[in-house]
Amino acid sequence: MSCQLAADNVLYANGLYRLVYDLVGTILPCWLSYVIAGLVMIFVLVNAVLLGAAVITWAERRLLGRFQNRVGPNRWGPFGLFQPLADLLKLLTKEDLTPDGADKPVFALVPILMVAPLVMMTAVIPFAENTSLAALNVGVLYILAVSSITSIAIFMAGWSSNNRYAMFGAARSVAVLISYEVPVVLSLLGVVMVAASMSLGSIVEAQVLPFFLVQPLAFFVFMAGMSAELNRSPFDVAEAESEIIAGYHTEYSGVKFALIQAAEFGGVGVVSAIAATLFLGGWSGPWSEYLGWLWFLIKTGAIVFLFIWFRATYPRLRIDQIMAVSWKFLLPLSLVNLAAVTLEVFLLRGPEGVLTTGDLGIMAVINVVVTVVAIWVFGNLIRDRVKFQARQPSDVVVPGVTTIEVH
Amino acid sequence: MLEDYFRQYGLLALFGLVAVAVPTSLLIASWLTSRLGLRPRNPTPVKLEPYECGVQTIGGSWNQFNFRYYLYAILFVIFDVEVIFLYPWATKFITLELFALIEMGVFVAILLAGWAYAWRKRDLEWSN
Repeated sequence: MSCQLAADNVLYANGLYRLVYDLVGTILPCWLSYVIAGLVMIFVLVNAVLLGAAVITWAERRLLGRFQNRVGPNRWGPFGLFQPLADLLKLLTKEDLTPDGADKPVFALVPILMVAPLVMMTAVIPFAENTSLAALNVGVLYILAVSSITSIAIFMAGWSSNNRYAMFGAARSVAVLISYEVPVVLSLLGVVMVAASMSLGSIVEAQVLPFFLVQPLAFFVFMAGMSAELNRSPFDVAEAESEIIAGYHTEYSGVKFALIQAAEFGGVGVVSAIAATLFLGGWSGPWSEYLGWLWFLIKTGAIVFLFIWFRATYPRLRIDQIMAVSWKFLLPLSLVNLAAVTLEVFLLRGPEGVLTTGDLGIMAVINVVVTVVAIWVFGNLIRDRVKFQARQPSDVVVPGVTTIEVH
Repeated sequence: MLEDYFRQYGLLALFGLVAVAVPTSLLIASWLTSRLGLRPRNPTPVKLEPYECGVQTIGGSWNQFNFRYYLYAILFVIFDVEVIFLYPWATKFITLELFALIEMGVFVAILLAGWAYAWRKRDLEWSN
């Protein structure tokens, strides 16, 4: 019995899948090799997310240490690389409490609902040329749809915990999530429009000039919005320790807490992979037919570093400021980007509906100007106009510091 | 081929099963460790109370919420539905005529008017 993948099969282009399929197909029936080859791909993706989460917790702690002039974890393994493993073992052997009066099934379901959509999101990301589990032609829409399941999980966590701070944290978190969903989704419209496809593979191929140059405004809105969606600094008000303990996961302990943390840090990795694919050109680079995965990893790592850098740099915003940033700053910015890209595409496109590299270059130049102007204009618009007189003794004059502006 | 295309959704369904199975198996493993005595389990009434930094909880967890959450939710629904219409349009826009541009401009402008109205009525502020 032999079973080879037909050349007209849509999965044929995927080298890894084809290799496993043909190998297994020599001894097993076709449907079984279909499943096994799929499982091999799934194995890679699940490990990428969960081990990626472990590596990112380590990288974050090391880098934050460096940013704050500390050393960071450096005891176990080279450069403290085994620290996440120690953390996992510790959390696995910790007492796992479910508070009195909690809604137990919902409470236990939350970690699953946090991790599963996150892992699912990787299905359409091409991590090398033509290599994704499913090259869906609605890839961007799929990612947006699956990622929004997380907000339900967060609200379930707050609801079932029987803790008012968890409830407050969940309400805030969901409000932030849905508020930042809008600008993020609108900013991706420009990417879809220029690539003329929602498939992530086609979007990578369309990036002869990386889209973070062609649409810097969309990249800015996407990164800011995703920082908020991942509950990361400067938008991490959902877990503002001084106000509401740890937010929606206050009551979680043991392995459930480990899974929620894995989802949080894995989310950074997955979102970075998506950003690298949509804006930095994904697997494309020199010798990309062999080294595509390496370029993909380097670009993803660069975005992860950017997220950690954000966290080390910016102080936390208040909840009202967070909402204002979303609805009064990022939303108009994403609409400006949409309008600019629409007009540019309409005016620059060729007769057959193609954009050449030169067209993309022109768009990049215009959009850099648009970005600077738009950020300046809308940044001024959301400034709080209340000015407080700085408290200082009247006889002491500090040059240059007369008023403190509150943004 | 169309049939081949839908095979990808079969893989996606498989992926969904694995994605649910992995965290579930960790939860089961955790339950097993407590069965085997590797993980302590001795709940006390104090330990099972809602955590409030050492203070005893007064009343239940059902508090009043700021009604602005509700306004944000409505705004979100409006804009998210708008986006659903925008995506297919954006995918094909590169080959569409001027009419499509004007049509979508009007569509977005109507929503923008609503958004500006909400801003003007101070619905985007957290506190008045």
